[in-house]
Amino acid sequence: MIELRVNGQSHNVSADPDTPLLYVLRDELQLNAAKFGCGLGQCGSCTVLVDGAPTLSCVTPIMLLEGRQITTVEGLGTAEDPGPMQRAFIEEQSAQCGYCIPGMMMRAQALLQRNPRATDAEIRAYLEPNLCRCGTHMRILRAVKRAAAMMTGPDASPSTHTPVPASAQPDTSETDGDSQRDRRHSEKRERPER
Amino acid sequence: MKKFFTRRLVVRLFWGLGALVFAFLLYAWRSPIPPIDAPAAETFDAAAVRRGAQLAALGDCATCHTAPGGETFAGGRAVETPFGTIYSTNITPDTPTGIGRWSQVAFQRAIREGVDREGDHLYPAFPYDHFTLVNDEDSAALYAYIMTRQPVRAQTPDNHLAFPFNMRFMMAGWKLLFLHSGPYEPDTQRDAQWNRGAYLANGIGHCGACHTPRNGLGAEIAAQHFGGGEAEGWRAYAINADSKSLEAWNAEDLHMYLSKGWHDRHGDAHGPMAAVAQNLSSLPDEDVKAIASYVASVMGKRSSPPASAGAGKTALDGAPSNDTGAAIYAATCASCHDGTRALPFGGVKLMLSTAVTGESSTNLINVILDGLHAPEGTAGAIMPGFSTTLTDGQLESLVAYIRSNLGAQPPWTGVENTVREARSRDRD
Repeated sequence: MIELRVNGQSHNVSADPDTPLLYVLRDELQLNAAKFGCGLGQCGSCTVLVDGAPTLSCVTPIMLLEGRQITTVEGLGTAEDPGPMQRAFIEEQSAQCGYCIPGMMMRAQALLQRNPRATDAEIRAYLEPNLCRCGTHMRILRAVKRAAAMMTGPDASPSTHTPVPASAQPDTSETDGDSQRDRRHSEKRERPER
Repeated sequence: MKKFFTRRLVVRLFWGLGALVFAFLLYAWRSPIPPIDAPAAETFDAAAVRRGAQLAALGDCATCHTAPGGETFAGGRAVETPFGTIYSTNITPDTPTGIGRWSQVAFQRAIREGVDREGDHLYPAFPYDHFTLVNDEDSAALYAYIMTRQPVRAQTPDNHLAFPFNMRFMMAGWKLLFLHSGPYEPDTQRDAQWNRGAYLANGIGHCGACHTPRNGLGAEIAAQHFGGGEAEGWRAYAINADSKSLEAWNAEDLHMYLSKGWHDRHGDAHGPMAAVAQNLSSLPDEDVKAIASYVASVMGKRSSPPASAGAGKTALDGAPSNDTGAAIYAATCASCHDGTRALPFGGVKLMLSTAVTGESSTNLINVILDGLHAPEGTAGAIMPGFSTTLTDGQLESLVAYIRSNLGAQPPWTGVENTVREARSRDRD
């Protein structure tokens, strides 16, 4: 048994220690925001935070994560009460297919937690490892700027800097809609790898 | 009597010293070369400009003379040296801030003798100790290419150098000791391709600037040519008979590695070498083949090939040297590095990598922490970094396991320090 702290909650996980974090998040903890894209740590759709730093959960075995703080999109807010990063992405309608968006949000969250006044150039450089095939980059960049403004502005919510523990883990409306599609997608992608 | 003698001695010493300083200043003095009006682009021969572009790529000019995120050739990149920080200059043909008023004579003097148009000595961070070999034709081609670039207004920041290194005329003394002026003398015992390779590699290519160790005054130690050096927090491996590569390099493999940035039996170029390989990919094949043939001959037969106990083994065979490292390798690294995907899409078998069998743990640690990134706008190998997940202890166990089980080499010393230094260089 490995104890994982995800979004402020402690979980005793029965998966083998060499299991990638992504599989545990999705298959055991039903946290379906992080996506299986390439499975090789090259596309960024599986990005989560480990102790505040962006981490590719598809290539990170859980044996490395005991005692570490893991944050997923579910930890940024709920469908009823989305956090600033989530609100910004909804308001800018940044998602086309939406598959890359959770990874984009988490990497952007890592940047803004450390530097909420990041410049456009810094945001671009920081998000560079995450790929989007639909081409919604301009909207994603606008959303990150908007999130930054919310986090530094007068109406900054307390969930800005410390991710709230997600209680019942309802997916955000955004990721809910495509969870069926996700499952089909990841099955399709996994097979040729084997 | 005694006092008088002392005073006379002091006076004599004073005059003697003064005369020496005067003689040195006279020796160090270089005349300014008159400024010219920036020559119009049409005055240059198109073929010379094209050849100049290739030579500038081989010389990695843009790599140093471009600040991160800055305009190409506009300078401002900080070069850390043991003597302080030197900023690369603006070599666009801008008139006030670049080299727009430099004649070809001034340009040629700068690259061959390390003296700028105004007559000031340049620091050997600019590798004129190599460029001194560049012949007239190539120097003219470089000038034609550089002077036809877009002028960019960018003031070069001031260097931060400690006394006495901040006095440029001191460099005349450095040159007296260490600059062996060109032109390149062909070795008549060797064929034309070898000589072409030696001219390109030791001249404009300045391979030894990283791959040859330096002495206390920052000059390359000629007796240890290509014996391995340091570059920007990376180890530049020995590329002579001391190479620690499990598989001996030959000209054909080097040609592929230098022009593509990877070789399936050697691995990927990383660190500063990634940019070098990227630059070399724009060169005509004959040039890269010539360089490969020359470097392969310098490597020749190796003095001490590493034990080949690891050859043919997969990482998961045999008793692991430590269980933590073995478990991390199996869970984190093996799916790419012991998988069936060939390079450049899969990872190299680690026993083949000089980062594992080589003389220093620096590069292995750098790559595990930061991964590999394709240079912006280009295709290249990608590996995710693990700096956010591996603790120092886990990283040290992993490195120890890879070194002894895959590299079949005695442990590196000072891994703890290397990890600490690599972390402190951690970007962003």
